[in-house]
Amino acid sequence: MSAPKKKVRVKYAKSGPLLLIAAPGIVYLLINNYIPMLGIFLAFKRFSYKKGIFGSAWSGLDNFRFLFQSKDAVLMTRNTLLYNLAFIVLGTIFAIAIAIMLNALGDSIRTKFFQSALLLPNLMSWVVIAYMVYAFLNADSGFVNNTIIRLLGGREIAWYMEKGYWPFILVFVFLWKNAGYQSIIYLASIAGIDKSIYEAASLDGASRWQQIGRITLPLLKPTVIILTLMAVGRIFFSDFGLFYQVPMNSGALYETTQTIDTYVYRGLMELNDVGMSAAAGLFQSVLGFIVVVTANALVRRFDGENVLF
Amino acid sequence: MNTQTKNAARDDRMISDTGRFKAVSTIVLALFTVMALLPILLIVIASFTDETTLLRDGYSFVPKLVSADAYVYMLQQGATILRAYGISVLVTLVGTVVSVLITTMIAYPMSRKNFRYRNVLSFFVFFTMLFNGGVVPSYMMWSQIFHIKNTIWALIIPNYLCGAFNIFLVRNYYANSIPDALIESAQIDGASELTIFFKIIFPLAVPTVATISLFTALTYWNDWVNALYYIQKPQYYGIQNLLIRIMNNIQYLKSGAASVAVGTGAVSLPSNAVRMAMAVIGILPIVMIYPFVQKYFVKGVVVGAVKG
Repeated sequence: MSAPKKKVRVKYAKSGPLLLIAAPGIVYLLINNYIPMLGIFLAFKRFSYKKGIFGSAWSGLDNFRFLFQSKDAVLMTRNTLLYNLAFIVLGTIFAIAIAIMLNALGDSIRTKFFQSALLLPNLMSWVVIAYMVYAFLNADSGFVNNTIIRLLGGREIAWYMEKGYWPFILVFVFLWKNAGYQSIIYLASIAGIDKSIYEAASLDGASRWQQIGRITLPLLKPTVIILTLMAVGRIFFSDFGLFYQVPMNSGALYETTQTIDTYVYRGLMELNDVGMSAAAGLFQSVLGFIVVVTANALVRRFDGENVLF
Repeated sequence: MNTQTKNAARDDRMISDTGRFKAVSTIVLALFTVMALLPILLIVIASFTDETTLLRDGYSFVPKLVSADAYVYMLQQGATILRAYGISVLVTLVGTVVSVLITTMIAYPMSRKNFRYRNVLSFFVFFTMLFNGGVVPSYMMWSQIFHIKNTIWALIIPNYLCGAFNIFLVRNYYANSIPDALIESAQIDGASELTIFFKIIFPLAVPTVATISLFTALTYWNDWVNALYYIQKPQYYGIQNLLIRIMNNIQYLKSGAASVAVGTGAVSLPSNAVRMAMAVIGILPIVMIYPFVQKYFVKGVVVGAVKG
């Protein structure tokens, strides 16, 4: 006695014209994204420019063996992971703090000004940011050595030669560029919270701090989890500009500034070690794929609405 | 009576609590704002500092001697800078127009519920976010197969022309903001898909087009990585790569005429100030249009992050 099954029949549009409209994009993605995916076989070759992509001899797993026997592999992976960890934790804290403060000030010219100013660094190229850092840190004419250290006393520091400072410098520069930008999303989430919750809490005598701790932060949790998972999905990737341009490609700093992305660049363009470079790149792509698929699965489980796509 | 005074006292406390929080927020945000702007301010001031003052005191917020020598020098030796500026403008314009066109086009079928290959196409785009072949295969393809090195195309085509993030941004906009009935009625009127796209969909998508144009233009203006990989001939350098070049060798700015004039009283090169002046003119267009486009920027970030 079951009800007759309703046949849901979608009346499809003609595919031809729609495919035609999509064609330029499809062709571009095929070339720019998909052909290089096939090109990962380069990691298994002893590449020589003379013999070319297809003429170079196969080398099995040699590239990977050499890569993982060197101390570079551990170093660059460690750096990439630790920096990303610091960026995720500190970035989230600063972004949320900025968002809460901007929200507290309400819709005013003051708020607009603060937000505009905090967003501005995000629009700068890494090259220009490297110039700014150079204006502060350059050993001969930098502001820090010439003004701050002169005022406080102490010896001048050759910043671009001393690797110990760079984890702090790079984290600072990252926050400088990104905290305001990341706060946009949290500000939007906070703006979406029902105002009556705060009114009720306020009537019950909850202080501003209590409201943040008991209302704002718990209600931001889903956003934090999703954004964090998305960032974790890219934990094997680093911002090439931050790690290459800001330390001015200084060799003395590699131990604390080398990431997988800078290693791949240097191997390919400076050391002409195409095989090792390709191996490191494939290592990164595969780990990145595993992590991002896992993160996406977690987001899906956590909240089907906010799956990456 | 008693409860009333108690309520009033509590209200007072709430108000002062809110007031205090606002005051603290203002102070902290003002501090952050200063920190965000100081580095920008430093390079601007440095660019207007007298060269000997720079050599003696370093870059400083309060230079002892102000001078516009750096800009005068740049005007005199303008050919190299002007060319790089021209390249940056050209690449940004062409790249943005082509990118927006391709992106809005591929996003359209993905938004159509009755498109047979909708899910296949979406996955085809989505997968590029999950996996990539990496820099080496991509470099080998562009340089060895397409021979793109040392051409203007190297600055436009690799990497930035059409990305999954922007595609999904536009697809979601179409799907949420353009009613199916509009498309159906146009079809009943006999409009072809191409006509529907260019006459109806694209004009309606102006807000999202503004957003992705902004993102894309910013990407092209700020890009230096493509040139790092694919350009060895300095005549194809845009402003960013010229900046990288003069950081290493400021002499590069000297045009042929000036090097001949050495020793005949030509202006000497105020290299420290000129470096910073170059950085200033590199960010000038961004700072100038920023107030007008900030709205679209913020909107795009929110939409992109929340709805994917």
